[in-house]
Amino acid sequence: METVGLNAWYGKKQALFDVSLPFAENRVTAIIGPSGCGKSTLIRCLNRMHELVPEAKVQGKVMLDGTDIYGSALDPADIRARVGMVFQKPNPFPNKSIRDNVVAGLRYAGVRDKRKLDEAAERSLMQVHLWDEVKEDLKHSGAGLSGGQQQRLCIARALAVQPEVILMDEPCSALDPTATAKIEQLVIDLKKDYTVIIVTHNLQQAARVADTTAFMYLGKLIELGDTIDIFEHPREGLTERYITGKFG
Amino acid sequence: MNFRRRLVDRALIGLSIATVITAIVPLLSIVYDVAAKGISAINVDFFTQATPLANTPGGGMGNAIQGTLILVALSALIGLPIGLLSGVYTSEYGSNWYGSTIRFLGDVLAGIPSIVTGILVYALIVIPLHGFSVIAGSIALGTMMIPIVSNTSSQALKAVPNSIREASTALGSRRWRTTLEVIVNAKGAIATACLLAIARITGETAPLILTSGISTNWFTGVNQPVGSLTYFIYYFAKSPFVNWQNLAWGAALILMVIVLGINVAVRIVTRGKRAYS
Repeated sequence: METVGLNAWYGKKQALFDVSLPFAENRVTAIIGPSGCGKSTLIRCLNRMHELVPEAKVQGKVMLDGTDIYGSALDPADIRARVGMVFQKPNPFPNKSIRDNVVAGLRYAGVRDKRKLDEAAERSLMQVHLWDEVKEDLKHSGAGLSGGQQQRLCIARALAVQPEVILMDEPCSALDPTATAKIEQLVIDLKKDYTVIIVTHNLQQAARVADTTAFMYLGKLIELGDTIDIFEHPREGLTERYITGKFG
Repeated sequence: MNFRRRLVDRALIGLSIATVITAIVPLLSIVYDVAAKGISAINVDFFTQATPLANTPGGGMGNAIQGTLILVALSALIGLPIGLLSGVYTSEYGSNWYGSTIRFLGDVLAGIPSIVTGILVYALIVIPLHGFSVIAGSIALGTMMIPIVSNTSSQALKAVPNSIREASTALGSRRWRTTLEVIVNAKGAIATACLLAIARITGETAPLILTSGISTNWFTGVNQPVGSLTYFIYYFAKSPFVNWQNLAWGAALILMVIVLGINVAVRIVTRGKRAYS
């Protein structure tokens, strides 16, 4: 996946300026930067969620497997099934059971076979290491789980539709350190099968989980490189000042 | 200083309690009066017999009860679907000028006096059909229900957190499917909105005087007039005949039980639940 000359606006205010950013397949890429740098806007352009905001505009290309996802022949809903998203605050469907939460995306796609759905639920819950914790309670509501469990449930839900890319918008910022550690380990496990793009304002987290890191500031991509390089010898002065905490 | 503040505190609490009592007393007094005067008219005949002639013993309000039930059912058939669809539109799809206009018109429609709706339906339906009818009454009451249901269901849907819409959309669901998800999450509040709208129109009188008319017979067809509890209360209560007045009190009691019953049921069912569940 990569963006080519991506620009985005909220009404008259431009939030992204000509961002061209490649995301390596089966790797974890972290997007870091201070508040307002455009990282959430960028990630929402990757699954066509940005355009749902009233008066939002997108210009430029986002390539997925060689095709621009903003091509006029494409259905945004199909794109969103191929590019999954996990949000900052865990948002399981409160009126659905755990199992129904996980298979919600499959139901939207028209899958009705109960056995297929149950198998998919088990597979996804095992992928996020939640299966053993909830296998007795699949019929219970998702709202009864802890924050960390709910977030893993949301990740399982995103995985069930078998996307190619997983977007994570600050997935751990609402969680305690133990839950955070579990999710970070999960992110590293997931890159075997998926391309993971994670937005985080926690620099240490980026250092822990990401192979590649992109630093953004005021809507522009400032620097992109291997995480080790970005943290140990950043090329740009601005990157160095952010990493060392001189602003942020 | 401290003493004065405590005094003011106590005085205001006392004033609040006094005003609450002042507000509740008329309600309790009405309930008591209607119950006391109406209970003597309630017996099996009240529900099974049709309205009697003046000063004639026996009879009941069976046809009026039947008429009210039929009118409310048909009105709900007209008003609930249109009101709900309108509420869904203004909440989920109406972020443009078109949606704002619909919302505004809905507010205006909600404020139209019921007798005006009655006159309108009289001119549009009763005159061409050459007479009062159940259809006319249902259209009038249904039209009154539309803005009530639309506004309250729209509020119920808006109260559903955006996180649910985002979660659904991010999984690749189509717009209508996401909307359905939101509706399901608000189903309690929407059901409440529908029930309260039904309770409201059950007690309407003015539009029925001009549309469904009154009849001493049981239901004979949707293009015929039909008796209703509210119209009969009006008609019997202002008559000089005692048997009719007693039946009117009984009808008032039944009507009150129905409306209070719906309101209480709604309260019990939604007690302790989150606003949007």
